[in-house]
Amino acid sequence: MSEGLYSMEAKDFDKTLDLKKIKPYGDTMNDGKVQLSFTLPVPCGAEAIEAAKQLLKQMGLENPSVVYYKELTPGFTFFNCYGSCTHTVNYESIYVPKVESTTMSMPDIDDFIREHFGRKIVIVGASTGTDAHTVGIDAIMNMKGYAGHYGLERYDMIDAYNLGSQVPNEEFIAKGVELKADALIISQTVTQKDVHIKNLTNFIELMEAEGLRDKMICCCGGARITHELAQELGFDAGFGMNTYADDVASFIVQEMDKRGMK
Amino acid sequence: MQSKLGLDFEKVEYARSLAKGIAEDVQAFVEQYTTVAVERTLSRLMGIDGVDENAVPLPNVVVDYLKDKNVLQEGVLFFLANTMIRTGLCPQDIAEKVAKGELDITQVVTRDLKQIAQVLQPVIDSSMERIRLRRQRREHYLDTIGEGPKPYLYIIVATGNIYEDVVQAQAGARQGADVIAVIRTTGQSLLDYVPYGATTEGFGGTFATQENFRIMRKALDEVGEEQGRYIRLCNYCSGLCMPEIAIMGAFEGLDVMLNDALYGILFRDINMQRTLIDQYMSRIINGFAGVIINTGEDNYLTTADAVEAAHTVLASDLINEQLALMAGLKEEQMGLGHAFEMDPMLKDGFLLELAQAQMTREIFPKATLKYMPPTKFMTGNIFRGHIQDALFNMIGIWTHQGIQLLGMPTEAIHTPFMSDRYLSIENAKYIFNNMSSIGEEMEFREGGICRRRAAEVVDNTIRLLEDITKEGLFTALEKGIFGDVKRPKNGGKGLQGVTLKGENYLNPFVELMKGKR
Repeated sequence: MSEGLYSMEAKDFDKTLDLKKIKPYGDTMNDGKVQLSFTLPVPCGAEAIEAAKQLLKQMGLENPSVVYYKELTPGFTFFNCYGSCTHTVNYESIYVPKVESTTMSMPDIDDFIREHFGRKIVIVGASTGTDAHTVGIDAIMNMKGYAGHYGLERYDMIDAYNLGSQVPNEEFIAKGVELKADALIISQTVTQKDVHIKNLTNFIELMEAEGLRDKMICCCGGARITHELAQELGFDAGFGMNTYADDVASFIVQEMDKRGMK
Repeated sequence: MQSKLGLDFEKVEYARSLAKGIAEDVQAFVEQYTTVAVERTLSRLMGIDGVDENAVPLPNVVVDYLKDKNVLQEGVLFFLANTMIRTGLCPQDIAEKVAKGELDITQVVTRDLKQIAQVLQPVIDSSMERIRLRRQRREHYLDTIGEGPKPYLYIIVATGNIYEDVVQAQAGARQGADVIAVIRTTGQSLLDYVPYGATTEGFGGTFATQENFRIMRKALDEVGEEQGRYIRLCNYCSGLCMPEIAIMGAFEGLDVMLNDALYGILFRDINMQRTLIDQYMSRIINGFAGVIINTGEDNYLTTADAVEAAHTVLASDLINEQLALMAGLKEEQMGLGHAFEMDPMLKDGFLLELAQAQMTREIFPKATLKYMPPTKFMTGNIFRGHIQDALFNMIGIWTHQGIQLLGMPTEAIHTPFMSDRYLSIENAKYIFNNMSSIGEEMEFREGGICRRRAAEVVDNTIRLLEDITKEGLFTALEKGIFGDVKRPKNGGKGLQGVTLKGENYLNPFVELMKGKR
């Protein structure tokens, strides 16, 4: 595949950046270059390669090129491909809802709590429902934290209770009431067949049925969770990838303050 | 053996003796008790199978009946034998009648052990023969078509649908996998029964059922014959049905079972008394059936720090080794777990991982060690993830691991696609071949990072084992000694299924199976 080493293609497209019409960037503005890999449920051969190229064209990729293919097992062929995207996006018109709070450091959060509440606040967390993964809730709550961000257990002014995984929502809420939680936080790792959506919806329904929804801050988090999704489901905030304990704690204390919780 | 790492084997033997003491303490407790899961296992060994009209498995029907009548302490075999003598019915017919409410099985006609043994003998013999034949079938395959070289390449399938799993598993085997693990559906470990029949719905995995085992075993035999290589089947003998899954696996020819009470206690919040009792019976069965057990120490490093907590893995491996020996498992059947889980940004982290893997190899020379790939620090950056897995594979071949659980570049994203498995297998095969003899070629410099690391981990392990020796394993677990997870002795799930054995209690399978073939 030596033709891939030096691109001899003419580059006769407009090479100026227009934020109203952005497209992927390979090595030249507006070249639209995209790499992708996928498997087609057909045997390996010229027809399979042609099928892959046609698929790329339908995805809006010009000059589709299959750079590698391999039959994984009879009847299934894997492809690595490149193409130039013809679609564009208006970057200037994009609006994404975000958690509206300023992320503070651990000592600042502790000071904020001392100043505004004059007591320790209580945060109860778990991976609820059938989800057996503790990695998310541990990253936020455990003393050690994750990626250099200490967990909530380390905060002087936070009483953090990590109930672990596979906690039924009913039990989780009951524990929250018992511990007089100011905030309940749920982690969801397993998202197959939208099991997390069902579980998070169930949690909010239970909170509303118990008349507790307005009494506690409710947050959820996980790699597949966005703030937008969380709000749609009735949570106060959602925390996705690359968010840590300080993001969560900052939101909770500021939201408590905003609501006049004491 | 000459240690490449300059390990002090006197220290290792001292650590082993501490672990033995800890395990003996646990064993003395375990032997006094039975559980609903053990009794259901014995029901299955009596040939009881199937479900009632509400889809409740018949072993549950029989055991729950005895539990409700407060006589479970005498054990299911005592009552089955008495009912067999009294009615002349076989165990399956008895169970069906109990399900219909047509038979009381608590009437006692004899306490004479000889008479009881006599009526049970033919059923016991046939169950034992069934397991023996399964084992011989595996041995025959290994003698004829053979197996892949170690480290065995282990991959998972997890579609939720056993028939789709078959497609994925056969594809994986054709690409070079030696062990296929069918991940269980989320939450199965907390069910106090084993679902029945073939299943096509699961979250993040597929129900472990005897029928699903049978379907997958057949599929792997097919592809194994086609590829000229025996393909091992792995499932999960953990959670509340530990020994029941073991007996189902023994009946259906499973080869590898995750089988670790400590894992269930820490990561599934199963009650520690319950699961240690269950574990004993399940390991006896796995030992007899020729199954390799896998232990879950690698998971400690997903919640605790991999550098700081390395010694907890070794300490737990040593305790698990002793508990396994007490259940009659041979060292070759011990897939003791450890992992490659350090932060990839750590300077010289590779050397620390290498030292620990080599150390584990030397301390358990005969064990079929189970080496876990990076999970905690896998991200959406699949390209770096593929390299992390490559480093892990280098250590696997370098230190002669037994079972290499293949890391997937998409570990942090989804259960593997067919193509993810292909990329991972290709990665491992390339490295295993290209670096085949590196372990024999390379030595560890005296006073260097690797030797110092191994010595440090052994020293810390001894200190930890000394602490556990003082307070016992149960108290140590309550204090959060492994994985930074604390579990109360009377907390967690399943304690109500534990019963002190009564005076008529019998379980002849312990003696028939333990350490036997």
